[in-house]
Amino acid sequence: MQFDDAEQQHEAAALGMWAFLATEILFFGGVLTGFVIYRHRYLEAFAEGGKELWPWIGTANTAVLLLSSFAMAMAVHEAETQGRRKHIARYLLLTALLGATFICVKAVEYTIDWHEGLIPSLNWHPEHLSHPDQTQMFFFFYFFLTILHAIHMTAGIGVILIVAWQTRRPDFSSEKKTTVEMLGLYWHFVDVVWIFLFPLLYLTA
Amino acid sequence: MIAPHSIFSLAQAASTTGVQVDYIFYLLLAFSGTVVLVIMFLVLFFVAKYHRGTSANRKSEAPISSRLEVFIVTVFTVIGLTLFVLAAKVYADIARPPKDAMTIWVVGKQWMWKASYPDHREEINELHVPVGQPVKLVMTSMDVIHSFFIPDFRVKQDVLPSRYTTLWFTATKPGKYRLRCSQYCGNDHAGMVGWVTVLSQADYQQWLAAAPEGAAAIAGTPGTNGALMATKLRTTFNQLGCIACHTPTSSVRAPRLDGIFNQTVRLQNGQNTTADEEYLRESILFPNAKISAGYVQPSLMPAYKGQITDQQLHELVDFIKSIRDGWPADATQPTEPSGNQPLQSEPKR
Amino acid sequence: MSENIVQPELPLQRLNYINHDWSVWSWINSRDHKRIGVMYLLTITFLFFLGSLPAILIRLELLTPAPNLVTREIYNRLFTMHGVTMVFFFLVPSIPTSLGNFLLPMMIGARDLAFPRMNLASYYLFLAGAILALVSLVNGGVDTGWTFYTPYSTTFSNSAMTPMILGIFVAGFSSIFTGLNFIVTVHTMRCPGMYWSRLPLFVWSMYATSLILVLATPVLAITLLLVAAEHWFQVGIFDPKLGGDPLLYQHLFWFYSHPAVYIMILPSMGVISELVTTFSRKHVFGYTFIAFSSIAIAVLGFLVWGHHMFVSGQSMYAGMVFSVLSFLVAVPSAIKVFNWTMTLHKGSLVLKTPLLYALGFIGLFTIGGLTGLFLAALAVDVHVHDTYFVIAHFHYIMVGGTMMAYLGGVHYWWPKITGRMYPEGWGVFSAVLVFFGFNLTFFPQFILGYMGMVRRVADYDPQFQVLNVLSTAGASILGVGFLLPLCYLLWSLRYEPIAGDNPWGATGLEWKSPSPPPELNFETPPTVDGPAYDYDTETIHQEGKKKHV
Repeated sequence: MQFDDAEQQHEAAALGMWAFLATEILFFGGVLTGFVIYRHRYLEAFAEGGKELWPWIGTANTAVLLLSSFAMAMAVHEAETQGRRKHIARYLLLTALLGATFICVKAVEYTIDWHEGLIPSLNWHPEHLSHPDQTQMFFFFYFFLTILHAIHMTAGIGVILIVAWQTRRPDFSSEKKTTVEMLGLYWHFVDVVWIFLFPLLYLTA
Repeated sequence: MIAPHSIFSLAQAASTTGVQVDYIFYLLLAFSGTVVLVIMFLVLFFVAKYHRGTSANRKSEAPISSRLEVFIVTVFTVIGLTLFVLAAKVYADIARPPKDAMTIWVVGKQWMWKASYPDHREEINELHVPVGQPVKLVMTSMDVIHSFFIPDFRVKQDVLPSRYTTLWFTATKPGKYRLRCSQYCGNDHAGMVGWVTVLSQADYQQWLAAAPEGAAAIAGTPGTNGALMATKLRTTFNQLGCIACHTPTSSVRAPRLDGIFNQTVRLQNGQNTTADEEYLRESILFPNAKISAGYVQPSLMPAYKGQITDQQLHELVDFIKSIRDGWPADATQPTEPSGNQPLQSEPKR
Repeated sequence: MSENIVQPELPLQRLNYINHDWSVWSWINSRDHKRIGVMYLLTITFLFFLGSLPAILIRLELLTPAPNLVTREIYNRLFTMHGVTMVFFFLVPSIPTSLGNFLLPMMIGARDLAFPRMNLASYYLFLAGAILALVSLVNGGVDTGWTFYTPYSTTFSNSAMTPMILGIFVAGFSSIFTGLNFIVTVHTMRCPGMYWSRLPLFVWSMYATSLILVLATPVLAITLLLVAAEHWFQVGIFDPKLGGDPLLYQHLFWFYSHPAVYIMILPSMGVISELVTTFSRKHVFGYTFIAFSSIAIAVLGFLVWGHHMFVSGQSMYAGMVFSVLSFLVAVPSAIKVFNWTMTLHKGSLVLKTPLLYALGFIGLFTIGGLTGLFLAALAVDVHVHDTYFVIAHFHYIMVGGTMMAYLGGVHYWWPKITGRMYPEGWGVFSAVLVFFGFNLTFFPQFILGYMGMVRRVADYDPQFQVLNVLSTAGASILGVGFLLPLCYLLWSLRYEPIAGDNPWGATGLEWKSPSPPPELNFETPPTVDGPAYDYDTETIHQEGKKKHV
């Protein structure tokens, strides 16, 4: 109603999503700045913390997330070219599935960390660490960053499922194709955030 | 004796740098006042001349006004930057204590100040200093951030936990001056106040002489007795095991401490730093924080965090300052390590 | 949708955004930017008066040197509540969410913002944030100061911190979405002929403000989350005893909070541009300079945060960099003041309430801005940091600046928003009261600060009492000056004459629409074929010679 035509709406949606992603960069950037500063200051303690994580799980999860971005790209491509609703839906569901896999794997990792007593303040048993306070800070940042990331992924998965549901309607119009595109932008961004988090957290040691 | 706090005390900074601060303030005041008056005059003048109904000439202005604007803005910017430079120069003075400053340790905690003098006398919420002598306060907090503020000296410095910050001044007039905490620190922040008493040289000698028995001071501080305190500091140095590595005759390779105070130190990572109180404090508590160039990483020196009291830390730093001109003659004979070895591990080659 | 209305006799019986549906649901579920703007206006007015209550108690307490009206503990909660409410729940949203929401689409010839549902969500997020902060207040409130410095706020504060922090966090998202909405709207929804170079200066300032809203607020949000996490889990992010750095908190906090003050002043500068041109009846002097100075302020504003930390323990060299940049950020503001003043030159000035507020703004903002130079000067800031000098400085800008512009704007656009005029005599009287009351309240505080009276204290040394009493006297006058508009503006809704579409004879697309506007803003979609403020100077020249129009 507020737009003159579909082109204007598309332009607005794209600019809006990019502006939103800019805010997310600042949002994650703030806490990453803190993390990088402390990592520089307490390299040894943070490396010790990094050793407690399992890099092969992290690598596998990274692959899962990259695959999900690929699936999402296929969905967007389908929306922009042939527009076959069934195909869009399938790619979206695949994306959601891979995303959910990522989150399940993280849940498994968190469970392992709990059993090893590496949860700051709640279940923290640092007997084997040489700089417990500083390594606790590492784990705080680890959980804070990955949980923040997981929340963003969960929200994304939710919207993906909703849009996938909406493809069942025959009036899944060009408007909605814009939605798939914007969703794609968002999902790729969440992926990129992980590409930053993974080496900083898992590959320090 | 209390310094007057009327409006006219604005003109009476009682410290050397304070007078310079006032000078910058008055320059700023002159500049700002002129601008404000000009703007207000213009506004009122235009309101009078151009309000609806007057017969003033309203034909549109010549395009030269744009150039006028650029000119005015440029002048404004140049004046502003000049003021910046002047203020920055005074600030550089304020930020760098003179080398011959007398050091007083200050600890702030909710909601009081404690000062420790070179002769180890302590005062709560009071500071006694001689006139005309640079005084440096090395300060830390035991809990939250405080701030040490002496309005009449125009000096202020935040006081942080787990870190030393420094403030210095040279008082120019005897008198009693207000001291306040100026960083909100909790319930009784408003009550965290005290007095700085500046004494003439003669009065200051009297005050020192009236000190409790057994008090002595670091060699080199004017008007004090060196030997007793020097022994006390050396004892702490020995008891905490520093003597095992940090003397000229030690078999372990460790950075020299004689002559190191306030010198430039080259670090492992290629950067330089100054060996001030904060550097010494950090290196004692966290030896790996700033490893000197040419020494192994991680450092072989055990970390003293959690192993020593603040008082012992002060004494170690004072000792290192006292040997800035070289070790005393009998340095190679360790005096009574007394078996106190609160170390996590023996230093090895 | 309103094609079939019969033209009634009284203008207010035309269908407009207010009367087309009187149900409560239609208001609280409205996507109409005008209705949302009005809801914001009501909410922030309430929050303004709420934030004034602790200020009243503070000024009453400061009549005497000892804490004998309230205890120190209560005083500490009072100034915290005053700061938090005024900064986060009044000043930051004020002009953008009320006047900005209402006017921005109209000024560019659009039917609404780009994302109306997001706009409504913004409002409810703001409301939720305010409610959470009220919950904190009801639980006794927080005493950390609005700056929440660590480790005090993380390790030593009480449990009312949680709802307070969460409230500001949630309200922050309201800011972000509003800013995002504005940016996209200005980029994509300008009507035909509305080039960037023809935008009203109010729109330029809203755009610059939105850039800051979008980029700075997320940093505050994440900082608050970290503070909350430290408060709950004591993990050492900002606590030095566990290896954390309290200066990291300060850097993160001020990285937002300095640009935030530009969020608070830029919109008001936009309002002043509109008032000065309309009531001078001529085009603005140096349109391009004013437009770009808004952007310059937004950009430079991100580079100066360290000037809040000159004595914090940050390095001397960092201090010098921040100091020189802080001097430079004053330049665009100086350009604006010069240009507004020169707009008056050869105009045909109508001394109505909005212009009085604008002139007051020019004087008071100039003083406030120049005292910012005192604070930017390193050596002087060492002395006046954390004293009443700083308090006077920011109140000159926030109250003498933003509030005056806000009141001026509300009066100016009142006929457009409500369809009614306001009583001019009362408007003038209140403006004068505010101006004098304000100066009496805050000028003495500059002197108090230089003499050494520190901030955030319920007790002070006896020699400061005279100036404090003067300040409190001024505050009572100022209070009356603020209450009067509340009364007579409400009164005007019923009893004042109905306004025409363009009672001021102003340019700008919003004045080409009926007062109050219809739901979709314009009866026919507008096009633009000339620059902004295209006053006919020949007519003005003739008009100026007449005593009465």
